[in-house]
Amino acid sequence: MHEPVPEMSEASTNEPSTNAADPAASNRTGQSPPHAGDGRLTRALLRPGRGQVVVGLLLAVLGAAAVTQVRIAGHNDDYAGMRQADLIQALQGLQAVSQRTEREISDLEATRSSLRDSNLKTATALEQARDEISSLGVLAGTLSAHGPGVRITVTVPATSDLSVNLLLDGIEELRDAGAEAIEINDQVRVVADTSFESAPGGIDVDGRILKSPYTIDVIGPPESLNTALKFPGGFVDDIAVDEGKVSIKQSQDVEVSAIRTPVVPKYAQPTNPG
Amino acid sequence: MIAVIGLLLGVGIGLFLKPDVPIGLEPYLPIAVVAALDAVFGAARAFLDGIFDDKVFVVSFVSNVFIAALIVFLGDKLGVGAQLSTGVIVVLGIRIFANVAAIRRHLFHA
Repeated sequence: MHEPVPEMSEASTNEPSTNAADPAASNRTGQSPPHAGDGRLTRALLRPGRGQVVVGLLLAVLGAAAVTQVRIAGHNDDYAGMRQADLIQALQGLQAVSQRTEREISDLEATRSSLRDSNLKTATALEQARDEISSLGVLAGTLSAHGPGVRITVTVPATSDLSVNLLLDGIEELRDAGAEAIEINDQVRVVADTSFESAPGGIDVDGRILKSPYTIDVIGPPESLNTALKFPGGFVDDIAVDEGKVSIKQSQDVEVSAIRTPVVPKYAQPTNPG
Repeated sequence: MIAVIGLLLGVGIGLFLKPDVPIGLEPYLPIAVVAALDAVFGAARAFLDGIFDDKVFVVSFVSNVFIAALIVFLGDKLGVGAQLSTGVIVVLGIRIFANVAAIRRHLFHA
């Protein structure tokens, strides 16, 4: 029986000897003269025999399989042809990557929420600070204010001056009744460190000489302020003793427009800052 | 002539029908194709040597494909499938080269 597929040893011994001495080798391998191969090929192509049917069938199978394999190798993605072990390795790699990515995601989310938190806190603090600024500004006299209150006009005769003590008493009564912002003669805002001194022909308030008639704008509960001035022996009576006149006008919108420039305390330091 | 027509027919079938390969057989297909190619080149050489026998061709074709697939299957079971299929491809490739060298000597006398 002939072996159409030569054994490895045969092929490997054949090859080098052929390369070394071509004519001798071709004489030994080919049992017929060299041109016999061509003749047989032509004959087989022209007059196919019965055996060629089987060969053709097998070649058809081979062709189909080869084309299919080429299609698979060309079309499918990288994972289709992989073995189990390779797939497991790839899967593990992907899992590691996904774990790392998830960790990164949670880190970033934590950062985001903390940033959002601090942002919110900052916004709240800012809002509080703004509120505080406006309320403190009204109290410290750095902001103009308006609101319900009273407008008090004090007229004293030119012969007698309005005494500082009287005015101070009146202001104290007003503060006691809930006055929040006070200004005198639309010029001076009365705040915590406002000083009063008597001066010729008037009163020196914070270095400004104010003369009669004095107009005191007060923001606060109008009724209480009114009562605080008018009770027997109070401010109105005291002024009347000095032959002065007081008129009190309650209003729902009193404007206190005089402002003070804030002064940074030179000596007093807050004990517990912040 | 019939052999050439059969080859073309097979290529046509593969191209137009696009047969699906079962997923379990997918790793064996390339090995089987290379083994079959080896058998075909061996047959061509035998034909040119004047010792071609269609029965032998059929047997060698089928057994080549079967043994190649078996080796790869065994390799998969032993956990060295990738290496063993590489080895099979190398051996078959060497044989194809040897057969093609013989065919070339017949046809071109070189």
